[in-house]
Amino acid sequence: MSSYPWAAGYIDDGDRPKIVTSRFHLEDGYTLERYQATGGYDGLRRALAKSPAEVHDEVRGATILGRGGAGFPAGTKWGLMPADKYPRYLVVNGDESEPGTYKDRLLMERDPHQLIEGCLIAAYAAGLAQVFLYIRGEMPLAHERVGQALNEAYAAGYVGTNILGTDFSVDIVLHWGAGAYVVGEETALIESLEGKRGEPRLKPPFFPAAIGLYGQPTIVNNVETLSNLPWLLVNGMEAYTAIGTQTSPGTRMVAVSGHVNRPGVYEIVNGTTTFRDLLYGDEFCQGIRNGNELKAFVPGGGSAPWFTPEQLDLPFEGRLVGAAGSMLGSGAIMVMDHTTDIPAAALTLTHFYAAESCGQCTPCREGGTWLERVLSRIVDGNGTPADLDQLLEIGESICPGAFPHASSSALGLEATPFPYKMTTICFVGPSAYAPVHSALTLFRSEFEAKITRRNSIPVTAVHATPETAGAH
Amino acid sequence: MTATENAGTPPTDDAPVPDPNAVQITVNGVAHTARKGQLVIEAAADAGVYIPRFCYHERMTPVGKCRMCLVEADSGRGPAVTVSCMVPVMPDMKVETESPMAKRMQEGVLELLLANHPLDCPVCDKGGECPLQDQTMTHGPGESRFVEEKRHYEKPIPISDLVFLDRERCILCDRCTRFADEVAGDALIHFISRGNTTQVMTFPDEPFASYFSGNTVQICPVGALTAKPYRFKARPWDLEEIESTCTTCAVGCRTVVQSSRDELLRSQGVDSDPVNWGWMCDKGRFGFEAVRTERVTEPLVRTAHGLEPTGWNAALRSAVQLIEDGKLAAGPSAVAVIGGARGSNEDAFAWARLAHDVIDTPHVYAQMGDGLPVGMLAMPRATIDDTAAASTIVLLGPDLKEELPVLYLRVRDAVQKRRVRIVEFTPRESGLTSLAWKSAVYEPGGQVEAVRAALADPEIADQLAAGPVVVIAGRSNLAESSGATVQAVQTLLAGVPGATVLPAFRRGNVVGALQVGMRPRPGGLDTRGILQAAADGKIECLVLVGADPLADFPDTDLARRALAGARRIVSVDTHLSASAQHADVVLPAAAFGEKSGTTTNLEGRVTTLGRKVTAAGTSRPDWMIATAIARGLGTDLGFRSVDDVTDAIARMVDGYEGVTRDALADSADGVLSAPPATIAAIDPVEVEVPVRNSYDYRLVVTRKLYDAGVTVSNSPSLAHLAPGQRVHLHPLDVERVGVQPGADVRVSSSRSAAVMRVEADPTVLRGTAWIAFNQPGGNVGDLIDSTAIVTDVRIENL
Amino acid sequence: MSDTALEAGASASGSRHTVDPGRPEHPSGDDRFALVDTHLRRVHDAQDQLIETLHVAQDVFGFLSDDVLLYVARALRLPPSMVYGVATFYHLFTFEPPGEHTCTVCTGTACFVKGADDIVADVATAHGVHVGDTSADGRLTLRTARCLGSCGLAPVVVLDGVVHGHQSPSGALALLDGELGGVR
Repeated sequence: MSSYPWAAGYIDDGDRPKIVTSRFHLEDGYTLERYQATGGYDGLRRALAKSPAEVHDEVRGATILGRGGAGFPAGTKWGLMPADKYPRYLVVNGDESEPGTYKDRLLMERDPHQLIEGCLIAAYAAGLAQVFLYIRGEMPLAHERVGQALNEAYAAGYVGTNILGTDFSVDIVLHWGAGAYVVGEETALIESLEGKRGEPRLKPPFFPAAIGLYGQPTIVNNVETLSNLPWLLVNGMEAYTAIGTQTSPGTRMVAVSGHVNRPGVYEIVNGTTTFRDLLYGDEFCQGIRNGNELKAFVPGGGSAPWFTPEQLDLPFEGRLVGAAGSMLGSGAIMVMDHTTDIPAAALTLTHFYAAESCGQCTPCREGGTWLERVLSRIVDGNGTPADLDQLLEIGESICPGAFPHASSSALGLEATPFPYKMTTICFVGPSAYAPVHSALTLFRSEFEAKITRRNSIPVTAVHATPETAGAH
Repeated sequence: MTATENAGTPPTDDAPVPDPNAVQITVNGVAHTARKGQLVIEAAADAGVYIPRFCYHERMTPVGKCRMCLVEADSGRGPAVTVSCMVPVMPDMKVETESPMAKRMQEGVLELLLANHPLDCPVCDKGGECPLQDQTMTHGPGESRFVEEKRHYEKPIPISDLVFLDRERCILCDRCTRFADEVAGDALIHFISRGNTTQVMTFPDEPFASYFSGNTVQICPVGALTAKPYRFKARPWDLEEIESTCTTCAVGCRTVVQSSRDELLRSQGVDSDPVNWGWMCDKGRFGFEAVRTERVTEPLVRTAHGLEPTGWNAALRSAVQLIEDGKLAAGPSAVAVIGGARGSNEDAFAWARLAHDVIDTPHVYAQMGDGLPVGMLAMPRATIDDTAAASTIVLLGPDLKEELPVLYLRVRDAVQKRRVRIVEFTPRESGLTSLAWKSAVYEPGGQVEAVRAALADPEIADQLAAGPVVVIAGRSNLAESSGATVQAVQTLLAGVPGATVLPAFRRGNVVGALQVGMRPRPGGLDTRGILQAAADGKIECLVLVGADPLADFPDTDLARRALAGARRIVSVDTHLSASAQHADVVLPAAAFGEKSGTTTNLEGRVTTLGRKVTAAGTSRPDWMIATAIARGLGTDLGFRSVDDVTDAIARMVDGYEGVTRDALADSADGVLSAPPATIAAIDPVEVEVPVRNSYDYRLVVTRKLYDAGVTVSNSPSLAHLAPGQRVHLHPLDVERVGVQPGADVRVSSSRSAAVMRVEADPTVLRGTAWIAFNQPGGNVGDLIDSTAIVTDVRIENL
Repeated sequence: MSDTALEAGASASGSRHTVDPGRPEHPSGDDRFALVDTHLRRVHDAQDQLIETLHVAQDVFGFLSDDVLLYVARALRLPPSMVYGVATFYHLFTFEPPGEHTCTVCTGTACFVKGADDIVADVATAHGVHVGDTSADGRLTLRTARCLGSCGLAPVVVLDGVVHGHQSPSGALALLDGELGGVR
């Protein structure tokens, strides 16, 4: 058995440690009854038996890297709040909307109590007064399940005042997003929670740990990050760090989409699993569809620079992937086989980010759209040779200086490591450029081909090829 | 030596004590001492390096949106992309505004801004004074490579009666929207939609009807917002300009007056730190239209056929004759002079000399019975800055938003940004009520009780004892004698020793006119006294200097009887006002922008007035007219030029010793005058407020910014903005009258009755009726008895 | 003697904006406003509850008309322009009445590479409706979404709130036929 009808998209073939998906095989894993029957809220009990500082130390020691995109260790993040400023808040980022990413939705739908327990442990350890759980508006089932779970948890005394008879009290409030990718950015999320347009704030000075929700110190953590905490508290720091590597301990959820034989969400071991394991392994994606060649893949969500088969042996280790010119981001891997029309694929991503720009800063608002227009012209067969350098010039106005990219022995390219500089307020602008830059750097000839064939042959998008038609 | 080393090393005796607020930085390699907390963009400016910007405005919270001000700054961890309008200086910061990276970023942002910006500069009002145009020249890439189709929107759409919005030109810098919300408190425009289709917009059918809308046009860094009165009127390079001071009200906003071909075309706010911070109200900004509308252009003399044009010599001879006749008939006291508050200090001073020294009458007054007694000026004076820096502001006066709009902005800022607390006493909710810490809405005559109750409240008493207290004192209700407010102010000052007073006097130069001498000598009458005397037939010659009692004196019936009872009337005015139409001689006066001189604002600050255009027709400045009449009466006042008068004021007026032409030339923000010692403090007042009959409503009459006055009614862009005459009652009182809101009702007082529309208005206290003063379509002054403490009216269903 | 009442005004720190205090009258006396009121009472008219309130209003009315936006603005004492600005920022809010049925095709990257554009094109042609619009007969509203987070099911079509994965143009048309009873 590898997948379950109630957890569509989730696959758990093989014998791997499960930290956050341990209840996905249960049809009723989302109920309080089942959650308690499978060790639920034991982590909270263990946490409450310790001092908050001890719990914080445990989390810090486990080096749980943030799973939202930036990969910043959760324990360290909690320690950034000014010591004397209260109240402090926890904001749970459940606005998962990075293209290709759909792991947090499953976590909220399948195991909402695990998330709630994680929130409670975080609130206890970091002295947080209230938890705001922000769920993406396009996820009605997640909203329903988390809402139901919250009601159960309140009724059972896990949330609210004097939790489990202690003097620890915390409230969890549910917020439902209304549709805007940029709200996944932590300061935009805070704006949205305050009932405003989801426009990212400027950092500095608005680092949430210092000036966050309602101007108070605020921790913003991703759903998956928090879902790790119950297991950590039950099994301990040593057990947690025994999985994976020292710098990337534990597991992480990845969502693979595109041209693989078995796309889906997998919980993999951090740090040691390689992209080759993931894309070709029997317990994972089982290779490229139809035996096709792998052309390129996006290793960490649509904003990440692309990799080619040359990078397949890199493990899921942030520093190595960063040095190789990309990022692990939100754990979404998008796979493109040799039939893929690269400029068209880049266009869909750029279109997404351009359309999702909040519009407040110039480079993103104007640059994203401009990139999309030029790219779209090229894809439609109306490009000019000057357009290619033009794309890079526009990109440089968004990200001045060298932009990260993978190495390519075929092209004689050295990798340019992460991160990039940016003229924008947040990463949405650079994200519109990343696919353009990757595609142009690694597959320039495909763009040139479209320009040479200007107005002669209709350009075929990937889905129009015979191979793809058969794959449905 | 670095700042960190400084901090650790105790200063030796001969080493200078390090300034704890100094931060050492370099800007493009040049060492500079910045202030702690100062933004990089400001520190660079101090160091002589201008960093281009669009969204940054020094009077608003920085937002860092346009990204034009990106520079490279190194605070020890390598050069970093830095938003210079958001980031404060750090010790040893190395700021590079011209490094290849900084240049590349600036060029990039400019090119992106221009991508969708239409190149319609030749037909754009902003062309020639456009920051986008200018910075493209200085910091731009030189060419645009954007060949795609630009964003398209419907071309300029009116977002209010005064402002047009061209969304294609807009660069979404957030200046106008920030101004509307943060500065004006009228968040009527906002960004809507998202991303590339983001645009500035009002809510459907809710126009940007703000008293401050013109400021958004001025601060717009492109031609997206244009003002109806100026659209397509001129090109910036055709404009001539001079700095001046707006005299529409007594705040005294600094302004630059611009003209082309000898016609006033535009006023722009100038940033005067102690006063207006660059802001203006729309009445002050657009009221210049009145200068070129319906002016009296030549002297008029009454004949059998009415007022007939004549020459200056004949007219002056007539005026002199009327004054001499009056004196001959009943002595100097039979001549009275009202006015002077609309002109310059020089105008008022010359008229005061004429009245007091030449005519020798004690009956001289600059106020129109709608303010507080001149003795208020003798109270310990606060400046606007003192007010903004106080810990408590006590409001015992008019609705500042309606009468002194830019003072309202300053007070609003003090509350919002400096956490100053307002304790307000008002007869109805005001523009500041929502920002007040405590707001007492009292029934007319009840302010003394309200102040006593507040002083007895321990929480308020603690607040008043916590730090500096400034009382903004003015007339809050024209249908109530000023005595109640004077007593309330006296009560408050007795309870809060050390409190200072900012007089909320309204008319342009009223403080200046009163201080330089347009006030009664001992035994002289104030304006109500003069009008009463005239009504009683005791005034042989009434001289109105820019005064229109029929429109401005609250008790219209008395004003009417006075004009009928005065044997002769001489009017000096810019327009043929209702009162001037009753005159025997009308002498045309030069208006704002047509004369130079000085003016005094409500805090006593003297600033200059600029002359930009030729006076209409043969009109002359008031001081010149006074000088000519004095000469006709046999006295040479010695004034050959306006400078002679300015010098004479400095020489002769107590409190103006420092207000010399040199001092004025040296100080862009003007020179503070002091109230003359000869203005006596007001003796303690005891007002006995009559009991209200429960069938009656106690009348509240206040001014709205837009009214039927000379400025608004002669400014085509503003005239239709006056709301018209309505009676506002609390919704439950409307029910009690037994009518639907919007119906006509009869409002009657002991004086008169009038029919007007009734509005249900929850901001009005039950048992009171609020009517705006001097509105088109009616005259509430007919209902007011200026001899009564309060005015009660009956309101009936027709 | 007088009706002097000392009341605390809205404190500057406590309220972001103050427009018109007091709960407004229901425009038109439409009962559905009572449902919005219930929500408003539950959240104590808190200004930061704007987005939640708009969700409720849209659930109740199907879309956000100017009247409804104005009502929410007044109730929360927020400037209507700001409410309008917030509502138009988020793409789940809609300002036109939707058709009887709503079909949303995900055009996110994963769905795109699996042919979502063809689904959109075929549905649009077959039902005579543009993306973002409602068909002339008012029966079908066609929308696209930029990634619904169901990339493992790509391409995804959502019909009246129900997610259908692994769709093809013909499958989607059949699905619509089932719900709408065929194309006329």
